[in-house]
Amino acid sequence: MDTEASQAHDTERVREFEGFILEVDGVFVNFGGVKALQDVGFSVYEGEIFSIIGPNGAGKTSMLNVISGFYKASEGTIRFEGVDRTSASPEQVARMGFARTFQNIALFKGMSTLDNIMTGRIVKVKSNFLSEALYYPARDQEVAQREFVEGIIDFLEIQSIRKTPVGKLPYGLQKRVELGRALAMEPKILLLDEPMAGMNLEEKEDMARFVLDVNDEFGTTVVLIEHDMGVVMDISDHVVVLDHGERIAYGPPDEVRTNDDVIRAYLGEH
Amino acid sequence: MFYREVGQYKSSYPADQAIFPLTNDRIGVILILLIAYIWPPLSGSQYLMGPILTQLLVFGLAALGLNLLTGYAGQVSLGTGGFMAVGAFGCYNLVLRLPEIPLVIDFILAGLMAAAVGVIFGIPSLRIKGFYLAVATLASQFFLLWIFDHVGWFTNYDPAGVASAPTQTLFGSLAHEGGPLDFLAPIDVIVSGPNATPEAKYILTLSVVVVLALLAKNLVRGMTGRAWMAIRDFDIAAEIIGIRPLRTKLLAFAISSFYCGVAGALYVFTYVGNADTEAFDLIRSFTILFMIIIGGLGSIMGSFLGAAFIVLLPPFLNIVASNLGEGTLSGAALANLELIVYGGTIVFFLAVEPLGFARMWQIIKEKLRQWPFPY
Repeated sequence: MDTEASQAHDTERVREFEGFILEVDGVFVNFGGVKALQDVGFSVYEGEIFSIIGPNGAGKTSMLNVISGFYKASEGTIRFEGVDRTSASPEQVARMGFARTFQNIALFKGMSTLDNIMTGRIVKVKSNFLSEALYYPARDQEVAQREFVEGIIDFLEIQSIRKTPVGKLPYGLQKRVELGRALAMEPKILLLDEPMAGMNLEEKEDMARFVLDVNDEFGTTVVLIEHDMGVVMDISDHVVVLDHGERIAYGPPDEVRTNDDVIRAYLGEH
Repeated sequence: MFYREVGQYKSSYPADQAIFPLTNDRIGVILILLIAYIWPPLSGSQYLMGPILTQLLVFGLAALGLNLLTGYAGQVSLGTGGFMAVGAFGCYNLVLRLPEIPLVIDFILAGLMAAAVGVIFGIPSLRIKGFYLAVATLASQFFLLWIFDHVGWFTNYDPAGVASAPTQTLFGSLAHEGGPLDFLAPIDVIVSGPNATPEAKYILTLSVVVVLALLAKNLVRGMTGRAWMAIRDFDIAAEIIGIRPLRTKLLAFAISSFYCGVAGALYVFTYVGNADTEAFDLIRSFTILFMIIIGGLGSIMGSFLGAAFIVLLPPFLNIVASNLGEGTLSGAALANLELIVYGGTIVFFLAVEPLGFARMWQIIKEKLRQWPFPY
């Protein structure tokens, strides 16, 4: 994706990172006899954009599911900010500071855009049903959360669909609302599962810009799965390539791009 | 034209997040409340206040309780009757054994008992979903009624197993002459038992239901309501944004059962005056489920519209039949016809508007807004 914006970004992209925020070490995941992940390991620097790529069935989404607590690794460890959190549940993972979007949009279809993004604030508020039922003192909190969420709505430029039920929105906007819900959690790490799948070029550029802006403005670490190689190579600081559940390459985009195993995995033997 | 939102600009989040942000709605609600408080007592009709409106309010409240659980949190339950029975017999025993407590406090305590029982029967919801959960909640229906039938203590060893509402005043015996709260005596009206006036019973029921409905409205538009709807719409996504499934579902069961419990207590004390377990059988649970399906899942107002439909349809059919002329229909034929029309109407409404009266009302509002133009 050779747009002006991404090229401009490329030229200034000499980025130094300090510590690891997420360390995945020797993870195995089995479903009966199927080995979804075998001895996969990589480390994500705090503040970088990290991509997981690979052909279909490579285990990318499985990897994301392990990180977000849906799947349990049968072996291996996952450390977040240096602390082992391998066996945490999805809800605990969310409260540690992980937010995630799904490949097939997972919005709450019966609720408005605003309410969907407001649900992202649940981890940040102490909710008390009595105070909410009386609307006192919950009112102040509701208004404070609303102000925060309006900031996200402005950021994602979705003001006009604020009160529309998300089930009625087109696909591209739904993806954006889902990103908004994840951002409302003020995550330390944002996990994006194919944020640009099924979008046209313009929508992809928008989404890429949002991802870069989130990374720049809030310093959020981004881990994303994406099939569009142009996007991946443009915006990632590091890339891990999976194939058949195994890690075949790991490093900066330029190294990965020229790796023989990667070319073979994508193009076959030649 | 009639229902205009144009020009109602909100310049602050508190105003935009108010319980009824539109002036039209605010006026409508106030008007309905005024009519509900003034007209029936003025009319003096015992039939209107008792079997019609009090019944509507009591079942509307039970439907609201079930709607919080099923419509908002997405957990199907067939245990409504059981939870109502807990409230009914709980309140009966409280009034019987501790007459000092004001009746309204009894209602709250009875609701809390039902909530505690509801939480216990809600535990399977962590593992079971949909129809299977509905079947699991049947356990509460059968188990609870069996207990009330077989343990005589709950009905004070009444030989027929009937709990008759004792005479009780609004503030309990503490407010009687000579009691510590006797300054309340002038307004301490009798609100249950054979000596209570229909007006007193109706106004008490209406007040309890209005307060609880407003609280529910606040609840479902706050973080609790959002967490419920998130669980309902996509439980995996709800978990990934940090909603605790067990806590959220059990809270839904607790609050839903609280509402059903209070409805059960009102049933005994302000509506019928007595109750045995047959009043809270499986048919009752189904009827209340019909109310929320017809009224609209996930709508506070829909609960009451559905209850109104089910409560008012039989008397309405009766009036229609009697206007056809004496002797046109035999009593037995009328009773059967009533069931047929009743069932047919339900099927018709579900086919025409599966989202219930609440959705119909939204469509009407759209039309009113655009009138006289078609779009």
